[in-house]
Formats: sequence, structure tokens, C-alpha cells
Amino acid sequence: MKANCWEGKRTVRVEDVPDPKILNSRDAIIKITSTAICGSDLHLFNGFIPTMEKGDILGHEFMGEVVETGKAVKNLRVGDRVVVPFPIACGACNMCQRDLFSLCENSNPNAWIAEKLMGHSPAGLFGYSHMLGGYAGGQAEFARVPFADVGPLKVPAGMPDEQVLFLSDIFPTGYMGAEMCDIKPGDVIAVWGCGPVGQFAIASAKLLGAERVIAIDRFPYRLEMARDKAGATEIINYEEESVLERLKELTGGRGPDACIDAVGMEAHGHAAIYAYDRAKQALMLESDRPIALREAILACRPGGVVSVIGVYGGFVDKFPMGPLMNKGLTIRSGQTHVHRYMQPLLEHVQRGAIDPSFVITHRLRLQDAPKGYDMFNHKRDNCEKVVLSA
Amino acid sequence: MTTATQDKTSYREADGDWPSGGGQEGYRESHYGEEQYGGRGSQNGGKGGLLGDPERIATALGWFSVGLGLAQLASPRGVSRLIGVSESEENRKTMLAIGMREMASGVGILTQSQRAPWVWSRVAGDAMDLALLGRGLNSRNTNRNRLAAATAAVVGVTLLDYLTSQQLSRRSNGRASTQARQDSGIQVDKTITVARPPEEVYRFWRDFSNLPRFMAHLESVQVLDDRRSRWKANAPAGTTVEWDAEIVEDREGESIAWRSLQHADVHNWGSVRFSPAPGDRGTEVRVQLRYEPPGGTLGAIVAKLFGEEPGQQVAGDLRRFKQVLELGEVVHSDASVHRGMHPAQPSDRAPLAQQTQGGM
Repeated sequence: MKANCWEGKRTVRVEDVPDPKILNSRDAIIKITSTAICGSDLHLFNGFIPTMEKGDILGHEFMGEVVETGKAVKNLRVGDRVVVPFPIACGACNMCQRDLFSLCENSNPNAWIAEKLMGHSPAGLFGYSHMLGGYAGGQAEFARVPFADVGPLKVPAGMPDEQVLFLSDIFPTGYMGAEMCDIKPGDVIAVWGCGPVGQFAIASAKLLGAERVIAIDRFPYRLEMARDKAGATEIINYEEESVLERLKELTGGRGPDACIDAVGMEAHGHAAIYAYDRAKQALMLESDRPIALREAILACRPGGVVSVIGVYGGFVDKFPMGPLMNKGLTIRSGQTHVHRYMQPLLEHVQRGAIDPSFVITHRLRLQDAPKGYDMFNHKRDNCEKVVLSA
Repeated sequence: MTTATQDKTSYREADGDWPSGGGQEGYRESHYGEEQYGGRGSQNGGKGGLLGDPERIATALGWFSVGLGLAQLASPRGVSRLIGVSESEENRKTMLAIGMREMASGVGILTQSQRAPWVWSRVAGDAMDLALLGRGLNSRNTNRNRLAAATAAVVGVTLLDYLTSQQLSRRSNGRASTQARQDSGIQVDKTITVARPPEEVYRFWRDFSNLPRFMAHLESVQVLDDRRSRWKANAPAGTTVEWDAEIVEDREGESIAWRSLQHADVHNWGSVRFSPAPGDRGTEVRVQLRYEPPGGTLGAIVAKLFGEEPGQQVAGDLRRFKQVLELGEVVHSDASVHRGMHPAQPSDRAPLAQQTQGGM
């Protein structure tokens, strides 16, 4: 089959690789119809996530048709259309039993690598480094889906791929980011980053009853999408004005009740601070650039919540622990427990509360994946979200 | 470091009895310095800790030293101007001396097999440079901005030098103690929580023929009678090692302990204890294993068998044990299905899976 493989820093290539096989009794093989490039794939692309090997198949947002099932899979049949959650979860361990699916204790065969870096290992993920499992990803014609009786969601007939594809990651991720804010009537939420996850965080904060949602980015086309499509009430272009001052002004000096970091480890910022973090990253004195996270902590109102859904890989520098502690902030974070959110969010889509396809700006063939990565990475042609069809 | 080795004397004292460390009171939860044994070029250590592979960073620092040294020797005044100090004759001489030092460190790092001392020489040099820069900042004939930038750069590189040399030193010490450990024995303590009741977890382990399902290096365990069993382990190059073992302690639902019989090539002991985890979390499983490989070829084979990181091997075994109990089988990814590092993509080769899945 054809698959989009990581071939080193800033190089991906569509290659011929063997077709996937059933390896465990609860596996299913999916013939992929639609798959997307995620902002977090760019961290792999740019070489910021350790333990990648040349030839690793990328991609963790995908859907398609079941073509084969392992002998223990009873809930799916050949021909079913399914969308697949990006974390791999067994459904049986203590974490899965507590609905903490992205922390599954059994799905990462390479847990020991993650344990060295983090103390414990989270769940295995599709196409996201050897440290997080070494599973082939879904930017391919076929994929093997472990625990197919736990993860995949059957898609109701008549719903197009583009309306349900993002249930695999970015819609639940944005939603969990907003849910972690414990939104109450009158709350003002600020969202750093208007990439696809940020757009869904904004839309979800509105769904969950936020009074106002303030979107922060530096690309006018992303800020416009946040305001016109996702429902942001105000936008801030941090290259044009001071985020901290503007947020105070917009909230009567209180600060946002909750702040969502939908940026993660490759943040950009003002020249000096960006240069500082970029240099430290280059010297390997820190692995992640936490520019948005620092700002979110400084901006948040005392007693508020900072919700971290942007991906971080390692360690950060100049973390504002004093402000966090003295302002009594709560940090909540995590890889998304996608399994929890798929069904309820599907219902939101079905009743027309949201059409997730609003983020799509580019539709390409799988063969054009390298072009998609390059365009998305450089934000060319107002690129927001690339969907690949197999 | 907690010493996990066991000397011959205490073995003889303990002979015929379960070694006291395996008893209930003396049980140690030593997680046994796994990270210190990230061997050079082994599957694990390669990518390295927070900094990445210190060997690679050392190489980069070596070339950096050579490059800087060359610049200082070729154009001492140019470098003075660049960092913002005056182009006096005294500064020119200082710069030449620093250039020589940089060259020496760089060549040392790049050519010597023991690199740690040479990277430490960079740390000493950094300290000297910082002292000189500090003096420069107080002098009148300087460009403060440039000098401050140069100082910031040196502070950054000092930290990198320090961390790299520390890691390299730790590694070479790690190699030395691995050797020492192989001379006198290996002990591993590991623990994991399994979401099943203690009775069930105990029963599964008590049937030793189940052990090869999750212990990667075991080919088979044949139960001979109520107490005795015959163990067969895979060794490199298609060979196997065999020994007989007997159960020396058996408390239903609580603990099992075993040891190899006198004539075994590899003396070894093992114990596993099962205790209820709080709440409804299942069973806490604590394993303690000790091996006493003989010297010579066989010893080398056994050492290889357990790799450079015996603790990691056992941790992997326990993780698979948990999978077998909670899920009924060992979980595989594209990258775990064959040995060694290979890309996460489907393979045409038959999965190695069958081995650890035996009997499923």
C-alpha cells in the first residue's frame, strides 16, 4: 500500500510499504477513505519529538471502512464505516476503567522509553514516535487498529467524511480543552492559537456557555476564521498589540476566567523572547518553547484555570511558577480522552449545532501529503487544515 | 547507588535457605539505577536523556572548540572586536592562549576514546573565560553590549558542557559497575499493579508453564512435579540455557519463591509477592530476581541474555504479564513485533509475536 512516511527532519515521502496484518485478536484493518494532517504532526515533521525512525508512517486522524477483523472483535463487521480515536486504549486497565483513555496502561509496548522521560507512560498513539508505541499511522491506504472493540465509532449512514473525520482528534481535543475550564455563566475564555484545535476550543467554549471567547494568534486569516466561523467575540493579533494589556482592557482588569493553550511546544512570540527560546532549544537546553503557556499563566485571573491542550514533548525554561502559585491557578492538561467525547460530539454534529468541516482549507490526495506538510508548516496559501483522501 | 550485587559469602550462608533479602521484612524496593546503564549504541541509550545523546553532543562540542580555536588563532583581533573587548596587544595574547586551549580540548574530545575528561576541560575553560569576560565588563575600553552578549553565550555553553561531561562521566562509571555486577551477580526488583484479584494473579503465576507467555527470554518451563520445574531460556546465536528449579516458598494468594537446584549452570532465585491494591485497583505484584552467572563463556552468554539493563528486561516482562492477565494476550505495535529498532510500518516478516504469545 501507499503510506506517508517520516524520512527525517522536514522530510516526508509517500512510499510503498507492506499492507497491515492482524497482530492481536482485537485488531481490525481499516481501508482509509479520509485522513488529515494535524498540527501536532508538524512537531514530528520539524524534528521536535524524540524517538522517530526513518520510515515511520505518520498520521493519527483517520477514518474508513472495516476490511478485516480479529477473532475477538464482535462489534464491527466488514464494510462498517468507522472513525478512529488517535489514542489507543485497551478498555480494561485501571485508567481506561476511569475513562482516562489517553492514559491506557497497556497500549504502549515501548512504555519503558516514555517512563525514562516522564516517569510513567501514557497510551500508545497512532503514528506518533516509538516512545508512544511505535504504531504505524493513518496517512496511508490501510491501517491496523488495535482494540477495535473499544475505539472506533461507527458512522451513521449519510454523514459525509468531512463532518465526522475530526472526531478522531481535533474536535474532542478542543472540546476537552474547553471542558477543563469548568465554564460558568458570565465566564470569559481566552484561547491562544487559532489553528484547528484552537478553532474547536473556541467553538466548544461557546457550546459550553462561555459569555465571551477571545482568540489570540498572529495570522489574520486564522483570527478571521475564529471570529467568523468558530464564534470568537474578540480577536487579538499579538504582533500588533500587547496580549496582556489587551486582555485586561477587555475584561475590566480581571483577566480571563480561564485560558486555553492550544499552541504547545513550537510557540512563536515577540522577537526577543522567541529568539531566547529558539536559541535554548537549538542548544538543547530546553526542548519546548512555552511562550503561549507563560503568557496564559500571567494573563489568567486569580483562581482561574489554565487548560493545556497544545502538545509539549519535554522540558521548558522560565516557567512562571510564582505567578501560578500566588494567583492560585489550576493547570489542567492531557492528551485527549477521545473515546469519551466521540458519541456526544457526533450527536452535536447530527443535530446541527456545529459543522466541523469549517476548518478545512485544503483537500489533497494522499500522494500529495508532502506538499500538504510543507504548506501547513509554512502557513502558505492561508492553510488551516489539510484533509487527504486515499 | 544501592549495591544490588551479592557476594559469594552471603550466598553460601544463605545456601539451603531462601536468601534473607527475599524475606518479607528485608525486601527492598530498589529501582536499581536502570537509567545509568543506557549503553552506548544499545537499543535504549541511543536517543539519550534530556539532552539527547551525550556522545553526539560531545562531538558537536569538539568541532565547536576546533572552529573557535582556529578563529582565535587566525584572527585574534577580529574575535576581540566581535565580543567587544579592545584590540590591545595584551588581549591579542590572551586570545591566542585561549585559542590554543580550545584546539587542545577540541582535538582531545574528537580523538580520545575517554571523552569525559576532555569535555570537563571545556568546563574549566568556560570558567576561565567567564572570569576574563567579567573583568572585561569592568574595564573602560569595552563595548558593553557585545561583551554582555558574549557572556550570555558562554553561560549557555557552560551549562551544556557541564551537563554533557556529567552524563559522559556517569556513563563510563555505569559501564564499570555493569562489569562489576556481572562478576558477582545480578539482582532486580520490580513492581506493577494488575487490575485482577490477588488469588487470580497468584494462580496464573503459580503455574510456571505460563511464565514464557510474558517473560521474553524464556522458551519454556516444564512443570515436573508439585515443587520442581525445568526452565529453558533462549540465548544468543540460537543456543539455549537450561536449569531445574524448586519452589521454596508457596503461600496461596500471597507469595511464591523459587531457586535453581545445585547443579544449575546459572544459580538464580526469584520471588513474587501479591498484595491487594487499595480501593478496587487489583493486585500489587512485587518481583525480586537474582542471578549469579558463572565466569567464562557461559557467563558472557547469560550477561547478554539479560542485556545491559536487566531491570528493564524484567519491567518489560511485568508489563506483558499485566497485559496477559488484563487482556488475555501480549499487545504488539508495528515497532515492537520484531526485535531491534525498525520503522513503525507493517512488515512482511512473520511476527516474533508467537514467541511471547505462546499457547494463545
